Amino acid sequence: MSSIKVRFALARGDFRLDAEFEAPGKGVTALFGQSGSGKTTLLRCIAGLERAPGGFLAINGEVWQDETRGHFLPTHKRPLGYVFQDARLFPHLNVRRNLEFGWKRTSVAQRQVAFEQAVGWMGLDKLLARSPQHLSGGEKQRVAIARALLTGPKLLIMDEPLAALDAAAKAEILPYFDRLHEELAIPLIYVSHALEEVTRLADHLLLMAAGRITAAGSPSQVLTRLDLPLSHLDDAAAAVDAVVAGHDEEFGLSYLDFPGGRITTPRQPFASGHAVRVRILAKDVSLALDLPKRTSILNIFPARVAEIVEHNPAQLLVSLTVGEARLLARITRKSAALLDLQPGMEVYAQVKGVALMP
Amino acid sequence: MSAALDLAPLWLTLRLATVTTIILLLVGTPLAWWLARTGCRLKTAIEAVVALPLVLPPTVVGFYLLVAMGPHGPLGHLWQSVGGEPLVFTFTGLVIGSAVYSLPFVVQPLQNAFESVGNGLLEAAATLRASPLDRFFTVAVPLARPGFLTAITLGFAHTVGEFGVVLMIGGNIPDKTKVVSIAIYDHVEALEYSQAHWLAALLLAFSFVVLLGVYAVNRRYRLAQA
Repeated sequence: MSSIKVRFALARGDFRLDAEFEAPGKGVTALFGQSGSGKTTLLRCIAGLERAPGGFLAINGEVWQDETRGHFLPTHKRPLGYVFQDARLFPHLNVRRNLEFGWKRTSVAQRQVAFEQAVGWMGLDKLLARSPQHLSGGEKQRVAIARALLTGPKLLIMDEPLAALDAAAKAEILPYFDRLHEELAIPLIYVSHALEEVTRLADHLLLMAAGRITAAGSPSQVLTRLDLPLSHLDDAAAAVDAVVAGHDEEFGLSYLDFPGGRITTPRQPFASGHAVRVRILAKDVSLALDLPKRTSILNIFPARVAEIVEHNPAQLLVSLTVGEARLLARITRKSAALLDLQPGMEVYAQVKGVALMP
Repeated sequence: MSAALDLAPLWLTLRLATVTTIILLLVGTPLAWWLARTGCRLKTAIEAVVALPLVLPPTVVGFYLLVAMGPHGPLGHLWQSVGGEPLVFTFTGLVIGSAVYSLPFVVQPLQNAFESVGNGLLEAAATLRASPLDRFFTVAVPLARPGFLTAITLGFAHTVGEFGVVLMIGGNIPDKTKVVSIAIYDHVEALEYSQAHWLAALLLAFSFVVLLGVYAVNRRYRLAQA
């Protein structure tokens, strides 16, 4: 019952959408794919903005669309929140009235958050009287998110909400997403073609290409599968879920435990027990056959080579299991030959850098 | 001829233009909305029909209306069969004729305004629980406000300034069909130049003031939006 079930097929000129998936009924499901892979079309089908002839959609047991039985809820009757890439605030209404637009049309029983709560979450207290024309890109998206939340949605959809923002605006808005992630009890489908956002936010990852869902699973699995394009991107990385285990105040370090070892990082502002996601880039991982001694690298984990594939003529991609976690390593073909690296071998993975995603 | 007599055509003109504008808004708004949003193949043909009064001489439009509204014409026959008075040479007939003749002046600005509202904001409103009718009144109409102002002004002013169609289907009956433009023509025919001057100047001043007002308001609206 507690799941999102989706099946849509649609032809638009040369493009064919033929997508089917089932995703968890809560948490962030990230939909990742290149431009033109059909992500937005799929979202529009889910929202009822496009009608696919044989479509089916059920959210946590509620059927919103089942064309085999002629059932189709029009968009305004679907309890969803949709955050568009371009915010789409009403220019003739100020921020408060934009927020009230959906709020007023939602029955008291369906509301999930108080008006002030949504305003507070998105930090909009000082912007309420402003006109949308006088907001920055990041502020506009925060208003759009609060506006969607205020309709008490049972599903939140975000279509590349950060794509139109510059790096500074992204950095400003990402903490709000983290808070949303923690506070939200409803499923969120988050579309992006930026690997870093997906690694940071996703609880569940869907890969899309040429109108089809090509892979689905946890980020740690999907990101490290060598048969999928994600592991071959320049900024390919593994996602490791860890818990803050303690701090070393003398050296200014923090320790993070994951099911495979203990990561040492510069001091983090989190208490022990705080769950964090760690992103480890494939290019930051090197391999050794013996436990390296007299090295400056602190993060060294015993690992087993799972699979090796060619990345380019000079480099190979290696997927590793470290306890229950998976890592990626990008090494030269020459190193692999010198070490005579084979699947199944026990090695040591040396990690030069980790990035924390709170 | 006293000045008091001369004001009757003026009031008649204002009454005609007001009634015509209201009818045009009621008919033209849904038509413009449909034209702005439809993918129907008939759209182009209907756009062309709506625009016809822009290019046809008023006498042509008037002539066909006269034929259609006459007791043996389709419109006149229908009207009289449901108990209406004859249409030709009456105020009702004049309203129908004016509405047809001024239709493009109302429909085109509204259609442009609705088109510029675009689909995106209407979709956003739909995801915020607004029904189609709700979206129309709370998103499309407010955003098309400059278009409405232009449509009302042009529809009204064009009806005030109309001559040929009125002459064809209304004639020159005091208090019923004798509007300002006809009255001016009469005065000139009778060589009453000073009376003609008064009415013509009034019409000129009125038109200028109305247009000035519209442009000023639209300019302020655009500045407020920018």
